[in-house]
Amino acid sequence: MTETLTANGFKLDTGGKRVVVDPICRIEGHLRIEVNLDSDNVIRNAVSTGTMWRGLEVILKGRDPRDAWAFVERICGVCTGVHALTSVRAVEDALGIKIPENANHIRNLMMLAQYTQDHLVHFYHLHALDWVDVVSALSADPKATSALQQSISSWSKSSPGYFRDVQARLKRFVESGQLGPFANAYWGSPAYKLPAEANLMAVTHYLEALDFQREIVKIHTVFGGRNPHPNWVVGGMPCSFSLNETGGINMEWLNLVSSIIDRSIEFIDKVYIPDLKAIASFYPEWTTYGGGLSSTNLLSYGDFPKVANDWSQENMHMPGGAIINGDLSKVHEVDVRDPEQVQEFVTHSWYKYPDESKGLHPWDGMTEPNFELGPNTKGSKTDIQEIDENAKYSFVKAPRWRGHAMEVGPLARYVVAYVRGDEEIKAQVDGLLSDLGLPLTALFSTLGRTAARGLECSWAAHKMRFVFDSMMANLKAGDTATSNMDLWEPKTWPKDVKGVGMVEAPRGSLGHWVHIKDTKIASYQAIVPTTWNASPRDAAGNIGAYEAALLGTPMANPEQPLEILRTVHSFDPCLACATHVIAPDGQELVSVKVR
Amino acid sequence: MEQEGEIDGETDTLILGIGNVLWADEGFGVRCVETLNARFDFATNVRLMDGGTQGMFLLPWVSSVSRLLIFDAIDFGLAPGELRIMRDDEVPQYMGAKKMSMHQTGFQEVLMSARLLNDRTQQLALIGVQPELLDDYGGSLREVVRQRIPDAIQHACAVLRDWGVGFREREEPLATLDLVGPGELDIVSYELGRPR
Repeated sequence: MTETLTANGFKLDTGGKRVVVDPICRIEGHLRIEVNLDSDNVIRNAVSTGTMWRGLEVILKGRDPRDAWAFVERICGVCTGVHALTSVRAVEDALGIKIPENANHIRNLMMLAQYTQDHLVHFYHLHALDWVDVVSALSADPKATSALQQSISSWSKSSPGYFRDVQARLKRFVESGQLGPFANAYWGSPAYKLPAEANLMAVTHYLEALDFQREIVKIHTVFGGRNPHPNWVVGGMPCSFSLNETGGINMEWLNLVSSIIDRSIEFIDKVYIPDLKAIASFYPEWTTYGGGLSSTNLLSYGDFPKVANDWSQENMHMPGGAIINGDLSKVHEVDVRDPEQVQEFVTHSWYKYPDESKGLHPWDGMTEPNFELGPNTKGSKTDIQEIDENAKYSFVKAPRWRGHAMEVGPLARYVVAYVRGDEEIKAQVDGLLSDLGLPLTALFSTLGRTAARGLECSWAAHKMRFVFDSMMANLKAGDTATSNMDLWEPKTWPKDVKGVGMVEAPRGSLGHWVHIKDTKIASYQAIVPTTWNASPRDAAGNIGAYEAALLGTPMANPEQPLEILRTVHSFDPCLACATHVIAPDGQELVSVKVR
Repeated sequence: MEQEGEIDGETDTLILGIGNVLWADEGFGVRCVETLNARFDFATNVRLMDGGTQGMFLLPWVSSVSRLLIFDAIDFGLAPGELRIMRDDEVPQYMGAKKMSMHQTGFQEVLMSARLLNDRTQQLALIGVQPELLDDYGGSLREVVRQRIPDAIQHACAVLRDWGVGFREREEPLATLDLVGPGELDIVSYELGRPR
């Protein structure tokens, strides 16, 4: 036996079969997972590797801090707005710039719209297919599908004829031999448990959701002026209101936003949430697998300030904090400026520090690549067959809060807000658990993560309504300011300042740390949500969130690693910004190797 | 202010540059759309877009038009800088090839999803360039690729004329509001600020 106990209390066994899944994200992203299985095909060791290097820090050096948002918006294809907002917040923090109330409302609306769209697309486009068998939907009875739909929701698109049409469309598509978005899956695996009509219902909603996202993005277009890469500005938002005129954002546009908010709420509450419950009810075992760090260590910075420029947790629509060692009686305050709190380690990451037994706070951070493999690696640098996790094994750094590996994302936010006693979050969580007849501990699981994301999608849509109404009240009271340009000119800036911007991105806690010297960027470091979750081991041997979550899960068939995909997808991984630069042989479809 | 992202309006033609301007020759598609936009004025049914690497998030735009022209950097194993133009059914075939670009799978899925959503055919053209270098993070286009932008623009004009899309040479220089991307990232400021 090759059993060890990690510093954060997980038992690892590196014996048995080794399974390699590479890469694991369905969209842009380069994550590799290796696991060891025991003789019952239960995962006993997990290794998470980011296979590309990110050099963001290098390209921003020497640039105008007011331009940084436009660059960081390009580091990830999926999280554009969140990086831009984090960047302008970091620069505003450094320079002491206060933004107007309207700018805060608009930023909240932009981020809430992003949550709504991102969670919806993640669930239907990326994650639902881990649970829903598309090919089985072809054999569903449209009448039974209609009956099922009507039994779980009052959504209007529910007639047998409607489902028959969708099924016919799907059949034509599959028969044309172009499975497209549905290629590269494990259809027919015994791990799929839904009856055919539930599969057809979910696939139909997959199409409806993809179509519906076109509505949500209009919110970004109205306030950001441009999509898919909206405009941002240090000091506020680069748009203006003219309620009674045709130029600028007028009542016609605001009414459009208002109606999109209403339709988003309806779609999420009548389609997404009922689907989530229906699917979850067929996979009860997944409320016990995949928990990992979620029952012990969770982190959320908190976000969506009710009033502009007040960063206290009491002022947050989504209050944050840290939970450690599974103590649900206490939420710890998080100070991201404190050099002892947030640190990144590279002991097991392909970077170089002068002393790798210690972590560095991002203001002192370094990003110097050092790609070297351990002595027990199988394969070569361009063709790694089996990684040696006792050495360096990932381009993702290992961020820690007071030395603890932490999970971030919707589940972390929900548990933190729940423990803080937030009434809306508590009502949502308690309602869902009672509908499904599950205990609170069911949250600490793969499906718990997936459920928290769904609840948060609904929360975000309803919160858009609240924020929109607050903004309208402010506008009607005569305040139409959207930006504060008092400190726009570099000559007004201090010579040497540091700042930090934080955003709770859809995937989790995101921070940018900037150092501005002589009006230029002297250094820039980002810790993105997937860096927390996909983290490798650290100097003390703590394993990361993905690694912990995969332990203990039995696999039905190691050649079809659906179980690994389910848990990793439940985190909504986005490696595009966690690590970067093209892999030597370009992107392949998922390859699975069992040894 | 022009709401250039409006989706349901009269737009039926999308000219889309995809790729990441931060990765050397990956920026080809976006730079082509910028160049096209700087030179020509288009009829109101045409939208020019810097699509970045947005993947599925481009679906709302891609699925709502009947004509789609794409610029991208693509790996066909050709000589660096070589252009390849594909029309209609040729596009998905190449899109399905093993390596095409960073966001290959992403964009192939977008096209497929658009087809699935619409259940109708689109006129499609892809103007791709074989990159010389991709993994220069923070770098700009290599000379051999940059030199092909004018040719790519000519090919695009031919495709657009073929489709009957209206456009003419700009008489006035492009206004800031009409840029396809943020001015902070235009190729001149981008290159001036390059780390050395």
